[in-house]
Amino acid sequence: MKSFDYLRPETLADAIAAGGAPGAAYLAGGTNLVDLMKTGAAVPDRIVDITRLPGLDRWEWLDDGGLRIGALVRNSDLAHDVDVAQTFPAMAEALLSGASGQLRNAATVGGNLMQATRCPFFADPTSSCNRREAGSGCAAQGLSARAFAVLGASEACIATHPSDFCVALAALGAMVEVAGPDGTRAVALTDFHRLPGAAPQTTTVLKPGELVTAITLPAAAAGFRRHARYLKLRDRTSFAFALVSAAAMLRIEDGIIAEARLAFGGVAAKPWRALDAEAALKGARPDADAFATAAARALEGAAATAGNGFKIPLAARIGARALTLAAAGTPAEMPVLPGSVHLGEPAHA
Amino acid sequence: MPDVTPLPAATPIRMGSNAGQPRTRADGLLKVTGRATYAADNHPAGMAQAVLVTAAIARGRVTAMNVEAARAHPGVVEVYTPANRPELALEPDAKPSFFSKLTETLQDDTVRYEGQPIALVVAETLEAATEAARLLAPQYAAETARVGFDLAPYAPESVGFGFPIEMSKGDIAAGLSEAASTTETVVETPPQYHNAMETHAIVAEWKDGKLYLDTPTQAPGMSAAGFAAWLGLDPADVVIRSPFLGGGFGSKAAVVGAFLLAIQAAKLLDRPVKLALARHQMFGHVFHRGATRQTIKLGMDAEGRLTAIDHHTTAVTAAFEEFIEGASGAARTTYAAPAIRASHDGVRNDVGVPGAMRAPGEASGSAALEIAADVAAEAAGLDPLEFRLRNYAETDPMSGLPYSSKALRECYAEGAREFGWAGRPLAPRQMTDDAGMLVGWGVGTATFPCPMFGAEARATLRADGTAVIETALIDMGQGSWTAMAQIAADSLGLDVEQVEIRGGVSDLPDSGVAGGSGYTATLGLAIDNAGGDTIRQLAEIASSDPDSPLHGTGNTRVVARGGRLYAQDDESRSESYADILARAGRETLSGEGKGARGENDANDHSFQSHGAVFAEVKVDPDLGQVRVTRLVGAFAAGRIINPRMVESQLSGGMIWGISFALHEGAEMDPRTGRILNRDFGEYHVSVNSDAPSVKVLTIPEEDAFVNPLGVKGVGEIGVTGTAGAIANAIWHATGKRVTSYPIRLEELLDL
Amino acid sequence: MKSIPVSTTVNGDAVDFVCAPGETLLDALRNRLSLTGAKEGCGTGDCGACSVTLNGRLVCSCLVLAAEAEGAEVGTVEGMADHDKLHVLQQSFLDHAALQCGICTPGILVASKALLEENPEPTDEEVRYWLAGNLCRCTGYDKIVRAVQDAAAKMRSA
Repeated sequence: MKSFDYLRPETLADAIAAGGAPGAAYLAGGTNLVDLMKTGAAVPDRIVDITRLPGLDRWEWLDDGGLRIGALVRNSDLAHDVDVAQTFPAMAEALLSGASGQLRNAATVGGNLMQATRCPFFADPTSSCNRREAGSGCAAQGLSARAFAVLGASEACIATHPSDFCVALAALGAMVEVAGPDGTRAVALTDFHRLPGAAPQTTTVLKPGELVTAITLPAAAAGFRRHARYLKLRDRTSFAFALVSAAAMLRIEDGIIAEARLAFGGVAAKPWRALDAEAALKGARPDADAFATAAARALEGAAATAGNGFKIPLAARIGARALTLAAAGTPAEMPVLPGSVHLGEPAHA
Repeated sequence: MPDVTPLPAATPIRMGSNAGQPRTRADGLLKVTGRATYAADNHPAGMAQAVLVTAAIARGRVTAMNVEAARAHPGVVEVYTPANRPELALEPDAKPSFFSKLTETLQDDTVRYEGQPIALVVAETLEAATEAARLLAPQYAAETARVGFDLAPYAPESVGFGFPIEMSKGDIAAGLSEAASTTETVVETPPQYHNAMETHAIVAEWKDGKLYLDTPTQAPGMSAAGFAAWLGLDPADVVIRSPFLGGGFGSKAAVVGAFLLAIQAAKLLDRPVKLALARHQMFGHVFHRGATRQTIKLGMDAEGRLTAIDHHTTAVTAAFEEFIEGASGAARTTYAAPAIRASHDGVRNDVGVPGAMRAPGEASGSAALEIAADVAAEAAGLDPLEFRLRNYAETDPMSGLPYSSKALRECYAEGAREFGWAGRPLAPRQMTDDAGMLVGWGVGTATFPCPMFGAEARATLRADGTAVIETALIDMGQGSWTAMAQIAADSLGLDVEQVEIRGGVSDLPDSGVAGGSGYTATLGLAIDNAGGDTIRQLAEIASSDPDSPLHGTGNTRVVARGGRLYAQDDESRSESYADILARAGRETLSGEGKGARGENDANDHSFQSHGAVFAEVKVDPDLGQVRVTRLVGAFAAGRIINPRMVESQLSGGMIWGISFALHEGAEMDPRTGRILNRDFGEYHVSVNSDAPSVKVLTIPEEDAFVNPLGVKGVGEIGVTGTAGAIANAIWHATGKRVTSYPIRLEELLDL
Repeated sequence: MKSIPVSTTVNGDAVDFVCAPGETLLDALRNRLSLTGAKEGCGTGDCGACSVTLNGRLVCSCLVLAAEAEGAEVGTVEGMADHDKLHVLQQSFLDHAALQCGICTPGILVASKALLEENPEPTDEEVRYWLAGNLCRCTGYDKIVRAVQDAAAKMRSA
């Protein structure tokens, strides 16, 4: 990999000072950044290792019942905590759906938000990619392939965001706490990632030197604990990125959906929250028709490129399935295993 | 010596109690403690690190490289490009051995496939070499790449390693036109890459006039000769150390250009050099299983008996070199029919040259033929297993020769019983589980030939009565350190603990080729013969020694057992090896043996291993996701030397079948000829959670003809049959006949 | 680019080395400390052959910078056996023939040990999913599960 300077600041202020320099990159779990540095897709001059920053490696329950998760909490630690998993089951399932045990152990929740797309042209510095190098073109356009976006894509970029975790966060209404040279601010997770538009190189709303310090789940998100699932379709049973995935959460009162949350992965350059579908479900009976109708509505604006047309109906189906499973109730023991259609629970509850 | 008659090979005398035992892996302790040394684990003093630079286009030329920038990077020792390419003793396009293919040694600026070597960087550290390689930033003039099947086909010279492109018998046209019904099935298989977990690696060191290479090879003797030819050396001056391979699967038999570059760098720089390919460099320079499109026409009579099998394969090969996947060979070996044609043509793509990959020919061929057989069974209204039994080949389908042995019927029966095949609904989409998943059952016939290559071994009895076997044995995981010791012990009448195996180095007797599932048979026979030769000499010494209790017995009338020779007809007469040697004043006594197929054996019999694989899948009816939930394989492969190792080989092969059916395949960008998924993140091989519990049955099979040991081979047959069984099970679950591998979930959706 | 001094603990032994910023923990283990049990199968975290524990946590050492090991505790396959006494898992892998070519074996053993420390009584399904990050190309997946389960049972009753 390209030569770089390695810094390991001990305070957040020092980290931000070091990370604001041109060519600097923050290193946390390294599961994505180090990989990209090896392919040459990332060529930082300076690595700012933030893994030793104090206080960011834990989570705390807020007085109102919300949860504040430090950015350096490891994915596996969060997923395997019984309280966290029982309160936010779809999030735990999403975390366990990602990558492998090794990578979940290393990867941090903040880093998960910062993951780069797995578009093969992004990772290959010899290919044109507007996301990696502004204005260089998009080699993905015109290729018949299964993985590309069906929602929110642009002429400049049709890549998808690879995270499972973020899909659950989007549905949960998570907030992202950010610190930078200009102080701290909070951004809704659904506003954190940017759709590509004409400038796909800008993938998040982070400004130079800013870094994620925490993710907050509002107390209201805990209200879905009894009816929340994350489901993922992929080409292997494990250790593969989503073709499509869905996080579904319901609050059911007296047999009626009081509130619904639905978000998709694998379909867009950001986790895709389906507000229209959620609105359609509010007040409905939790039955198959309502779920199918709502999930289909979420895909109304979808547009295929060559080779990925199947993802549109498939996303609608997995949305409906995730809602169905959520309605049937969160499994008694959480977390179990990565959200898979093949792990024994009834498909048609 | 008039009273001495030659000992016939493999008399019952020498098959003792060691073979057939499920002995623990001899190399296991080293492997579970991390102490087994693979090529890239070597680090001689003064070693420099090399990094290979490979082309990022599939066709064209390299127009520029920033050699100055790379050279200027701290720690860089040298950068090799076509401009300063070290000279070879042979022309770049020479092919010094049977397995050789055209390779690249920086001979010019041409790029003929993605991943071709275009430069070699040598530095003090791996990090410096890696960065300097990046700084080279090659520029290219790319030409339009040739990709896919839809190009003008051509008639290749041969198929696989020298088979004719077409073989036939009977009247195909009549067999099809007079059939009660016919089916036509077109199946495509993708390019697959061996991707042994150990990438190709070499540590080259020139010392005292010899070249020492730590590098994985499936054929040490042939590799040493190949390196010597390229480098203009006496083969005796090339010493390859290859005790363990981190998998080979056919990719580690031939000399490739990258290794020659590392060796030359070591010579020019006068220091050891290590080169290990990066994972993405495993997709091009070191062979692959070429893509096929197979068209299979079957004719049947009213009872579902085949009247014709017409199996045509269009195989993708490289634009500059030929290796044709012999997929139609499956039609020659699997089912009986009065008319059979197995034909091939080729299509040239801008890809690295294909080669043999675990179950070459048969893996791809059976993956297609087994689907075609199910299509025919469906057309005939027959249970797929009944269809296969109805078309059972009692003799070799093409040659008509009798089989040396064939317990396939027993495989079908035992496998079906273990699986619970009886009661399977004939129509698809009839079974569901409690969770609402569609359930399907499929069967596939497994078959693989039993070739033998040449091998040599030396057995030496030592004064203390123990023995050492010397041969350039390699173990790529199949268990040869273990199984060969068992064969050796039996041949010498010793316990396996008393036999030391010296192997893993090419300057020992040539162990031949670990490939084609023929290693145990071939090298095992060489060892058996070496042991037999040694015992025969020992018996001669004893028989001609008036002081021996065995005096006058002759060398054929003794039994070797437990470190003693016994008179066959009077076991009260016996003497220990140590005593015989001591009285003869011998420190050691050596015998030699060769292993090869008998000259005329193949004229008399057809040699095949057989098996039947049964698969259960579950498929989500709405989402298409497939899981293989059960696999049962029953195999008949002659004598089993070590059941524990054999089960591993067969089970592993079957999981390769899962990978073939559901996961593996390089995806080519048709615009550029580049591989889109050239890493383990996206080139999917099955992971642990993709594998179900696998049940392996081995059906006893005595074979008096295949070779004197009766060993057939198990390394590859597990792959065959399995992919087809899974595809057929998916049809049975869903009613969808997917004919393109790997089977993707979107093909199973009712959209 | 400066060299970075690192003080760390590997298999209980304090070690010091100097590395380049871009050097991975895997390369430092193999090239500087001569601990070649961990292998590079991919270099991109996609195969698990380089699995080690870092502060008790199972990771792919090919994606960890060597500099990150400062002050940490690293565990590799070389530290599993207690001198000549094999770890229960090592013996179980031998007994169940849960290895073939053996190059993935060190990573799978380290991963299995980490699994059983966290979950001493896993289901087969849990073992399969937990070990999904360790590719075995030969492929001994089924026997690996049997070996891990047998070892787990022995460790529970020990």
